[in-house]
Amino acid sequence: MADAGAKASRPLSPHLQVYRWPVTMLMSILHRFTGGALYFGTLLLAAWLIAAASGPRAFEIVNAIYGSWFGLLVLFGYSWVLIHHLLGGLRHFVWDVGAGFSKPARDNLARLNLLGSIVLTVLLWAAVLLFR
Amino acid sequence: MKTALGRVRGLGSAKSGTDTFWLQRLTGVFNAVFVVITLGIVIALAGRPHAEVIAALRHPLVALPIGILIVSGVIHMRIGMKEIIEDYVHGGPKVLAVVANTFFAVLVGASTLFALLKISFGV
Ligand code: HEM
Repeated sequence: MADAGAKASRPLSPHLQVYRWPVTMLMSILHRFTGGALYFGTLLLAAWLIAAASGPRAFEIVNAIYGSWFGLLVLFGYSWVLIHHLLGGLRHFVWDVGAGFSKPARDNLARLNLLGSIVLTVLLWAAVLLFR
Repeated sequence: MKTALGRVRGLGSAKSGTDTFWLQRLTGVFNAVFVVITLGIVIALAGRPHAEVIAALRHPLVALPIGILIVSGVIHMRIGMKEIIEDYVHGGPKVLAVVANTFFAVLVGASTLFALLKISFGV
């Protein structure tokens, strides 16, 4: 007869709510999330170029919005999303050539993806704020 | 008379599949290169006066990488979003969403390229 303890330790079927999130799963979701965010984020570059082509008045308005604290916050978020997705894409290319499939390699690539994106984003903005 | 292979060739779910997979990788590589270049350009020009920005954007070595990123980017984002739509949206709304996706990609690509060329060739 199975007692309560044995019953509790039975494996559960994997499902989003009961699954202990492996870092690779988080990165998979983040790659899709950042891809979707970049999809709409393209409008930021589009608006900047279209305003520049329209003339000084339109360009000043866009510049003022992008330079406001809210604009800078959006641009900061956008830059992290872009860098995270870029590194995530490179991770996919590693797999595409047939490397990086072992458990430690997968986990390390995932951690490197997240850590690298945060470090590079902070460094980028530090460089911009210091030298521009 | 057709061979067994001839009868099924081109009859996959969407008659393609590996093509879009490959194109997503190819545009991904292009994006990686030209995102870095464009990021540098945009940072260098951020907050500068209009005339200075226009003068810089007129240079072919500045306009070309941005133009390549736009083309590669909209192809890439269209494929990516189509895949997301196909995973979560079904039936009639799916058809609408897929059409809207292409519409959005074409609109963004065309208007941004037009702006870039307008600057390049002067007003
Ligand atoms: C910066 C360089 C970039 C690289 C190296 C890259 C690479 C990739 C790769 C390899 C995939 C396929 C992932 C998979 O099959 O699961 C992907 C998906 C995607 N990318 Fe990119 N990409 C880049 C930039 C962009 C940009 C700028 C956008 C949008 C404007 C974008 C939007 C998307 C979308 C929407 C997906 C689909 C996500 C999904 O299916 O989960 N990517 N990217």
